[in-house]
Amino acid sequence: MAEMRRDNPIDISEDNNRELLNDVERGLYDFKDEERDEDFYKVDEGLTEEIVRQISAEKHDPDWMLDFRLKSLKIYHELGVPQWGPPIDGLDMARIVTYVKSKTEMKASWEELPDDIKNAFEKLGIPQAEREQLAGVGAQYDSELVYHNVRKDVEEQGVIYTDMESALTGQYADMVREHFMKLVPPTDHKFAALHGAVWSGGSFVYVPPGTKVEIPLQSYFRLNAPGAGQFEHTLIIVDEGSDVHFIEGCSAPKYNVANLHAGCVELFVGKNAHLRYSTIENWSKNMYNLNTKRAICEEGGTIEWISGSFGSHVSYLYPTSVLKGDHSHAEFTGITFAGKGQNLDTGAKMIHLGKNTSSFIDTKSICKSGGISTYRSSVEIRKQAEGAKASVNCGSLMLDSISRSDTVPAMDIRTDKADVGHEAKIGRISDEAVFYMMSRGISEAEARAMIVSGFANPVSKELPLEYAAEMNNLIKLEMEQG
Amino acid sequence: MSETILEIKDLSAGIEGEEILHHINLQVGRGEIHVLMGHNGAGKSTLGNVIMGSPVYQMTGGQILFEGEDITQLSVDARAKKGIFLSFQNPLEVPGLSMEAFLRNAIREKTGKPVKIFQFKKRMEEVLKLLDMDASYVDRDLNVGFSGGEKKKAEIFQLLMLEPKLAILDETDSGLDVDAVRTVSKGIDIFCQNGGTLLIITHSTRILDALKVDHTHVLIDGKIVAEGDGSLVDEINQGGYAKYTK
Ligand SMILES: Nc1ncnc2c1ncn2[C@@H]1O[C@H](COP(=O)(O)OP(=O)(O)OP(=O)(O)O)[C@@H](O)[C@H]1O
Ligand SMILES: [Mg+2]
Repeated sequence: MAEMRRDNPIDISEDNNRELLNDVERGLYDFKDEERDEDFYKVDEGLTEEIVRQISAEKHDPDWMLDFRLKSLKIYHELGVPQWGPPIDGLDMARIVTYVKSKTEMKASWEELPDDIKNAFEKLGIPQAEREQLAGVGAQYDSELVYHNVRKDVEEQGVIYTDMESALTGQYADMVREHFMKLVPPTDHKFAALHGAVWSGGSFVYVPPGTKVEIPLQSYFRLNAPGAGQFEHTLIIVDEGSDVHFIEGCSAPKYNVANLHAGCVELFVGKNAHLRYSTIENWSKNMYNLNTKRAICEEGGTIEWISGSFGSHVSYLYPTSVLKGDHSHAEFTGITFAGKGQNLDTGAKMIHLGKNTSSFIDTKSICKSGGISTYRSSVEIRKQAEGAKASVNCGSLMLDSISRSDTVPAMDIRTDKADVGHEAKIGRISDEAVFYMMSRGISEAEARAMIVSGFANPVSKELPLEYAAEMNNLIKLEMEQG
Repeated sequence: MSETILEIKDLSAGIEGEEILHHINLQVGRGEIHVLMGHNGAGKSTLGNVIMGSPVYQMTGGQILFEGEDITQLSVDARAKKGIFLSFQNPLEVPGLSMEAFLRNAIREKTGKPVKIFQFKKRMEEVLKLLDMDASYVDRDLNVGFSGGEKKKAEIFQLLMLEPKLAILDETDSGLDVDAVRTVSKGIDIFCQNGGTLLIITHSTRILDALKVDHTHVLIDGKIVAEGDGSLVDEINQGGYAKYTK
């Protein structure tokens, strides 16, 4: 994989940091993958140029985007699937073509949804009318309508908040072109390439210099529009000195007949800018979630990730922060819940390039009923990043003895002028604590749920109230399931 | 003697393979104050835990009656709902769960009704003030980072908020400074004045000074070896347990 990246077919960056960035990109995704190409799964030719051209035409792409898609397709065929994380052989790569071909083929009806999903909707108290919509089986959602209201509030400040398709041809078309998949190039890994070839939907946000956006920008609905939750692309650019909070996702389980999700999130945080990016994801339990999220911070910039990962059969998710500018700062606060039949490989990456940069990782993972949760993180402090500070704190809670929790924290520190701390804890619910709570009249199930919610509290308290409540409901729901 | 609220009949209990309590008989009348004394390791905490229904211990014989009803088979929370409260010798910590949220949930589960937030907050304020506790306690995670004494005070705080019928206080007075002993006594006194019944496990008389003890039980090596009124407490404090261990 690394071999191929060297003759990168796509121009990554005009930046004079290009060397640096290229260097960074190598291995951003693959934590440890020394396997050679012959081990890789050889891909079916199913996804053809013709199909990609068709998608591009349906979307009325500008020419450069069609070229981009075709180049990505080529890379997609050249790369193998990652070999280091949870097995993804259940993912039928030969059927990729049907995943992306036609929206109508992918749509299920409400009746066809698995029972656990239907039940989840009951329990989350979502009205029937919205359920079909949220489950991704409703009629095509008019995304323009949803954006309209939010946009009105912020557009006076000069903030652009729109869907990716419109952004490609709108006023900021050049800006989009300059940034699109520059942080996560298609060469990064197979699913990034796939994304580059067939992406569809997602949001574009641009916050002009010196702008503080008071209300969080939320994309609650869009993620649930049919098809859009699958290869959606989120591009956020926060200009110098600006501040914004973007919230994506919702607790309603998202069902797709096609069980691959390969979204991409690229966040550009300008000088002294501040971006908080919060997500709660709840994928249906058949989903392979191979999402790539990455942020880059200029001097004095701050990125804060709040991340709740629920659902999916297999997840690979390691939001990455590149601390390029001096004094830039990144925080990652995340929670993962792996239940029966789930293998979730999640964590975060921090790459310190600038001087006096700092990063904090605080993650919680919960597993039960045989679920496997692996915390995987990497902190890299480059030679030039003198005065860097990094701290990693990961806690796991195992709710029974058949579940598994692993931590794989990696550190690569190339300067001795850095300050690095690490703490990992794996625990179980204490029977004593359950007894204590029950002695106050709380039922056993409720006591256990409260302990788990408490464990998740460092994450939920970072979320806006209604999202925190949703997340707690989700945890309860997961606890109740066998 | 007033109407019996708690009756323990021929109770034997222990952990796997080892009996700790042997043939215990004990009766507590409603509104009374009972003291349970005994050397370290005598089985006092075990008895308190068994009455509460701790799954750590197995009952190998006997019965526990509460208000005339056999509660031997009831779950811990069911016992709590009936009105039994145990102040723990070592209260547990629950990170991420605030005292306030914990109590609100407990009251809701106990009463089966949603908690009226305004009333609840007002009541919390009153009790905090009474116990000379800083208002910030209720926002903090349950017992997390509380000092030994603070944990004990927090138990009394919970007692007054939950208003059970019978409270078993397991060394709630140990580790308290003089002022804290006084505030805890004050809290206990209020609980009694409101008709509460007490079974106090203690090694000292400090907490009892302000209370009128009705009955004392002496537990030695898992057996009740002596009974008496409040004066037995002083007697033991002077003479120790030597007299009973022969
Ligand atoms: N969970 C347990 N596992 C093993 N032994 C136990 C357990 N609980 C109690 N014991 C034993 O039973 C005996 C009684 O213990 P208990 O805690 O009831 O004593 P106590 O009277 O409360 O003592 P203290 O005054 O020191 O608090 C002790 O010998 C103790 O070691
Ligand atoms: Mg004890």
